[in-house]
Amino acid sequence: MAGKTLTRMDLSEAVFREVGLSRNESAQLVETVIDLISDALVRGEQVKISSFGTFSVRQKSARIGRNPKTGEEVPIQPRRVLTFRPSHLMKERVAEGNRKQNA
Amino acid sequence: MIRSELIQKIAEQNPHLYQRDVERIVNTFFEEVTNAMARGDRVELRGFGAFSVKKRDARIGRNPRTGETVHVEEKYVPFFKTGKLLRDRLNGKA
Repeated sequence: MAGKTLTRMDLSEAVFREVGLSRNESAQLVETVIDLISDALVRGEQVKISSFGTFSVRQKSARIGRNPKTGEEVPIQPRRVLTFRPSHLMKERVAEGNRKQNA
Repeated sequence: MIRSELIQKIAEQNPHLYQRDVERIVNTFFEEVTNAMARGDRVELRGFGAFSVKKRDARIGRNPRTGETVHVEEKYVPFFKTGKLLRDRLNGKA
């Protein structure tokens, strides 16, 4: 994947183009979208965006890990992790788009 | 939280915007991320996470029901890695 990397700036630019708000306000709204999703996840909620995918928070229990370099055992505390499950539509579009591009 | 609830919250915080525009903002956000990945690009949202595309090599699979071998072609799958800040926030560290 020799692709480039998009950032908040590219998403703001798209909102600016599509919606016609100022660049400044477009950037703020992109930030709002990210903040609202993050806050919901931190509260432990699942965030389900139809035709995009689902972000869920999973609880992991404590386990004994190992430093792969030194072989030393280290305790890993119980923690919450975020997983993203892409929708069927996204999987299809990503598979299709990259297949064509790399064919 | 689902898409419509996200739109509702943004609309409440921004009473000067038309509902229609809020919908377009949210739809554009997700559409851009998906389009980028369909092109093979990454989307990196510092503090939140990064969306990228991973290649899965072709492999010989097996139908678990019949035991029959099947050829699985190489494919490209969407991948998300949580950002450090969000990972810390999920664990009450930020």
